[in-house]
Amino acid sequence: MIRLEKRPTPSRAWAAATPVLAVLATMIAGGLLFAALGKDPFAAIRIIFWDPLFHEQFAAYSRPQLLVKAGPLILIAIGLSLGFRAGIWNIGAEGQYIMGAICGAGAGLAFYPSESILIFPLMVLAGALGGWAWAMIPAILKTKFGANEILVSLMLVYVAENVLASVSSGLLRNPEGHGFPGSRNLQQWGASANPELIAGSGMHWGVVAAFIAVIFTYVLLTRHILGFQIRLTGESPRAARFAGVNPARLILICLGLSGALAGLAGLFEVTGPAGQISIDFGSGYGFTAIIVAFLGRLHPVGILLAGLLMALTYIGGELAQLMLGLPSAAIQLFQGMLLFFLLAMDVLSNFRIRLGKAEVA
Amino acid sequence: MTELLAVEGLTKAYPGVVANDGVSFRVAAGEVHALLGENGAGKSTLVKMIYGLVKPDSGAMRLHGAAFEPAEPRSARAAGVAMVFQHFSLFDALDVAENIALGMESPPPMSQLAQRIRDVSDTYGLPLDPDRVVGDLSAGERQRVEIIRCLLQNPKLLIMDEPTSVLTPQEVEILFETLRKLSAEGTAILYISHKLEEIRSLCDAATILRGGEVVATCDPRAQTAAELAEMMVGSKLTPPSRAPHDQGAVVLDVAGLTLPSATPFGTSLRDISFQVHAGEVLGIGGVAGNGQDELLSALSGEARTDAGTVRLSGTPIGQLGPNARRRIAVLAAPEERLGHAAAPDMSLTENALLTGAIRQGLTARGFLNWPAARGFAEDIISRFDVRTPGPGTAARALSGGNLQKFVIGREVLQRPDLLVVNQPTWGVDAAAAAAIRQALLDLAARGTAIVVISQDLDELMEISDRFAALNEGRLSSPRPMRGLGMEEIGLLMGGAHDMEVAHADA
Repeated sequence: MIRLEKRPTPSRAWAAATPVLAVLATMIAGGLLFAALGKDPFAAIRIIFWDPLFHEQFAAYSRPQLLVKAGPLILIAIGLSLGFRAGIWNIGAEGQYIMGAICGAGAGLAFYPSESILIFPLMVLAGALGGWAWAMIPAILKTKFGANEILVSLMLVYVAENVLASVSSGLLRNPEGHGFPGSRNLQQWGASANPELIAGSGMHWGVVAAFIAVIFTYVLLTRHILGFQIRLTGESPRAARFAGVNPARLILICLGLSGALAGLAGLFEVTGPAGQISIDFGSGYGFTAIIVAFLGRLHPVGILLAGLLMALTYIGGELAQLMLGLPSAAIQLFQGMLLFFLLAMDVLSNFRIRLGKAEVA
Repeated sequence: MTELLAVEGLTKAYPGVVANDGVSFRVAAGEVHALLGENGAGKSTLVKMIYGLVKPDSGAMRLHGAAFEPAEPRSARAAGVAMVFQHFSLFDALDVAENIALGMESPPPMSQLAQRIRDVSDTYGLPLDPDRVVGDLSAGERQRVEIIRCLLQNPKLLIMDEPTSVLTPQEVEILFETLRKLSAEGTAILYISHKLEEIRSLCDAATILRGGEVVATCDPRAQTAAELAEMMVGSKLTPPSRAPHDQGAVVLDVAGLTLPSATPFGTSLRDISFQVHAGEVLGIGGVAGNGQDELLSALSGEARTDAGTVRLSGTPIGQLGPNARRRIAVLAAPEERLGHAAAPDMSLTENALLTGAIRQGLTARGFLNWPAARGFAEDIISRFDVRTPGPGTAARALSGGNLQKFVIGREVLQRPDLLVVNQPTWGVDAAAAAAIRQALLDLAARGTAIVVISQDLDELMEISDRFAALNEGRLSSPRPMRGLGMEEIGLLMGGAHDMEVAHADA
């Protein structure tokens, strides 16, 4: 019989190995899934993981997409990871992402058609504030009334989506857009554009911000008392209070930071790859970032790698739909498996497997 | 006397540790047999094997001369072996009879059961009303529920694991009367404890375990407590000592401290007043759950009160949080080591930082000084003899005694003016407990005011200058420890204050 035995100390080796094992297990289970759908599993896996980067025909288009997609995922996941580490569950990053984009775009468009160089920085600030303010709603409801932040933040996503639909056909609609919903194109307006910084790389200001956030968070968590308090609160809330941590303050900080980073991601997206506020602007980055955060073990460097990997499965998945005619649901299932296997393998870092007879101890 | 249980060469190994190594002993019918040993000596593993919870790797047992190999507790019970655990498994919302019925293989109808409970409780002098809801019972009464549940099965061997740790002295006397009565009727009792005086007054024979092996079998009444302790520990124990001292100035002044409980299951503190002087140890006794945790958090700053109700050398500090109190040298060590005093999955270095950041200067403008934190952790480890591979070890990997030495050492080394500790030696072996008590006395000798909250009366008698008891959130007025008798202490713990004591003496 197989049984699990708790390790005295969590295994660092297993903690590092589980994401890799989870990816391998996903490839195997996904391959079986694709085979069951009548597709060549090896071709499908190759198309998802290899072709976006190295296929001679598609790579030129899809390689820059890697950073374009990974940038917002990493930026949002980094913010979420701070709260998750402290046991504060912001599930509504998607809403904060949308509100950041709306606030940032609105702040810029108020000055249209000015070409001042101050407009883009102003938009960045407004985007961060928009996401921050949206996250402050669950934060304040939790600290003042004990409302569950998971539910409140999640419900606010749907509110944000309705706000998005409303402003894209009302307040922010392009006056020269012949009545179609959607704002002016921010990428084509010099003052607000978030261009590709190095041609062919996909690198834009949002990706730069994501890299800065990774470094900043790494330093915060390993070198700063606030990072220590975040980790301590997640590990043991009572010990944290004993160590003088103010739980309400920590909730405000963690939700605020994650909201601001999600808002920034939304702003960089709307001024860059997306180009305008439109009804279908919300693309699910805020939800996928939750997977990225856990896939990266809530560690900044892990999240960087996980964001790139998740972006790869997005692009590869689209490619597989195109080349093999795989249904998009199969691709989503494939991505979901990744989180499933990761959580399942997590057991190995805290437990070791013993073969032998069961026993009540 | 006829032999009831014979244990021959029982061995049980867990990964990395041999819990029992060739343990042999015999229990006669009607004998009260003590299993004595420090934490980790293998007492619990041994009785779990007898009760069928753990299967031995090798060795054999005989009950009434026949081979006895219980595969599960049910078959052990069928053979006449019953066990009262240290931690109760009772449902608070159900009444006594219902709780007892739940633990029986085939319970009789409720009306009959209630009558049988009354019979057993009368016969053995264990007052207990079958209709009362368990949630309203004291720890001693809850234990009676467990004992009666066992007695209804007419056991031949009753195993009791540390039964007195939750009882007042009076409740201990009631329990001992019951056990003597059972023994006179021929029921053997296997009594696990590390309280030597209890064993000397109750038990006919003792098997002493150390490191999983039997080191001695003796008649505890023929030995002194010190001799038993030496057999248990394997070396000579020096009892804590302190130099005589003069009473210093008032350091802590608590006046009219009232604190509503933060949780539905907590105890509210009611109108607590006391003073502690420099260099003095105030011992606060009481049965668990009478406000100990709440009092500690009111003094550590985890719970805030009106500023003036807690004063340090005259300055009101009731409104200050834990870190603000650390700045003015008010330190605390809570009872729960894992999850309150220390974070289980964090390293000792990180746990040193947990309370030491401020007074040890382990941060600079918010940035952590890891080498300094590691240095502080290493300092605690070496000065308090914490047995661990190093400061990188997770707190949960340490044994209870070693982690307790770390937690106490962490506060002592921060040079407190006031130190509040709750259960400083709970679950700690004798040698470590002696070291911790000595460290507290040394600290007092250097002028620190110390409040020791403990349920171990022997400990309080050993180190306190004055004694007060907590009962339902109220504190009796402190009295000099010297000259205070067990009976008086018991009455204080049961809530009878000055008036009633005078009355009882009369």
